[in-house]
Amino acid sequence: MQKFILSTAVLALTAGAGLADTVRMGTEGQYPPYNFIDDNGEVAGFEREVGDKLCELAELDCEWVTNEWDSIIPNLVAGNYDTIIAGMSITEEREEVIDFTQDYYPPTGSIYLAMDDGVDLEGGVVAAQTATIQAGYVAETGATLLEFATPDETIAAVMNGEADAVFADKDFLLPYADEGELMVVGEEIPLGSGIGMGLRESDTELKEKFNAAIDEMKADGSLNTLLDKYFGEGTGTY
Amino acid sequence: MFDFCTDPDLLEGSRWLACYLTTPKHMMFYQSFGVVIALLLVTAPIALFVGFLGALATRSHVAPLRWLGLGYSSIVRGVPDIAFFLFVPLALDQLLEWLRHEVKCPDWDEPIRQGNDFVVCAAAKLPLGSAPQIWHELYGITLAIVAFAFVFGAFASHVLSGAMNAVPRAQLETAEAYGMTRGQVTRRILVPQMWAYALPGLSNLWMILIKATPLLFLLGVEDIVYWARELGGSKTSAYSYPHPDWRLWYFTALLVFYLLMTKLSELAFARLERRFARGQATASGMRQARGGKGGPGAGGSKGATA
Repeated sequence: MQKFILSTAVLALTAGAGLADTVRMGTEGQYPPYNFIDDNGEVAGFEREVGDKLCELAELDCEWVTNEWDSIIPNLVAGNYDTIIAGMSITEEREEVIDFTQDYYPPTGSIYLAMDDGVDLEGGVVAAQTATIQAGYVAETGATLLEFATPDETIAAVMNGEADAVFADKDFLLPYADEGELMVVGEEIPLGSGIGMGLRESDTELKEKFNAAIDEMKADGSLNTLLDKYFGEGTGTY
Repeated sequence: MFDFCTDPDLLEGSRWLACYLTTPKHMMFYQSFGVVIALLLVTAPIALFVGFLGALATRSHVAPLRWLGLGYSSIVRGVPDIAFFLFVPLALDQLLEWLRHEVKCPDWDEPIRQGNDFVVCAAAKLPLGSAPQIWHELYGITLAIVAFAFVFGAFASHVLSGAMNAVPRAQLETAEAYGMTRGQVTRRILVPQMWAYALPGLSNLWMILIKATPLLFLLGVEDIVYWARELGGSKTSAYSYPHPDWRLWYFTALLVFYLLMTKLSELAFARLERRFARGQATASGMRQARGGKGGPGAGGSKGATA
């Protein structure tokens, strides 16, 4: 076992020698169309395109990694990757632990999806993903909150009757409503103050670089083009 | 994969399925079966070796060594496995990073522990933040192997020390009468003979180890459970191959895989048991001796009737 530890250490010491500084982009890979693993096994989606463009503008060498949503903030703080670009809304609670760049996605609405439109959204069982602003909102409405680790499981919970409705970002849920079985119920609820990239509080230099790159994308309209491409005409309002 | 796969939207029926099942993402799923098997093949010998050292330590004449062996096997066997699977990789990672931190960043003045965070300088990170993704994955797998070996080593240690105690005392006494030293008795008589007694316990452990591999998923390794969940989840039109929730099928495939693995292992262990029982003064060994070349079905009733 000792030999094993030693060889691991040697392996880790030699790894990465002679490489330029890479920025590791942490995402969830489970949240289409924001970010997901496509059929080639690569991270894809809106945030992949935005992230690659930002890295190009800031002249950074970027690498994509995925991490469970649950532990995405602790692993950023622990240094396993350098940014969170995973549809994460900027909130005060998160600001206490990490820093955010300016938003690259305007404040968005959240909606409920259910099997039929008669469900009780205030007193029924509502599924949401753990540690999201939507989960926090459901907990305050008086509905019974059913939390899941992945967004996909929240949809499955409604399909098999475990939950009455699912509550999440509009842009994530709408494609599921288009496929048939599920429908939008209740009103759209504005939550959060836009989506930004999460960074460690000590990484001010990296934050400046990304902020400048986002400014550039907003100014030349390329961010609006990408927003319209993924979320429909009129989403891009920068 | 196939040349008719260029536009998934136009495909139907079996062609769609053929293309779907050969996407690069599915290839990663198939590869992860290899990762699980490789992990088993690497972990088992290491765990056995750790167990062997543990068993020897519990028989040692040096008291502290004996206490170490006994303490290791009773503590690890007495605490839920999952606690160790989560604890060992985390503790080992922090220990290694702390050691590197002490060596590489002597003039660091901030505390290592800041609230919940464990903060070391960038040069001490394992693997380095700038290392390619493959090293991060290998590092994770290595930590997982160490955790598995640590836990299963304790069980193996108990099985082996039981087997060592089961070797007839008369055999060891005979060897001593021939003037062999303690080390020679262990090497020439004790260890070769104990396998017959250890094998049932070890085969049990191997089965449990196979069934414990989905715990890899807990440690963040992208194993078969990760991919089954990822591929099985319902897919919207954002993907090239949209489909509803197919997790049932993917997990059924895992069920078949695990049953196949355990069945094959059973067959292999039955052969091994027959091999190790040869020439032993055990029921199975005696039966082989009576049946000449050794009938089929060690430990079964077939051999007796042959």
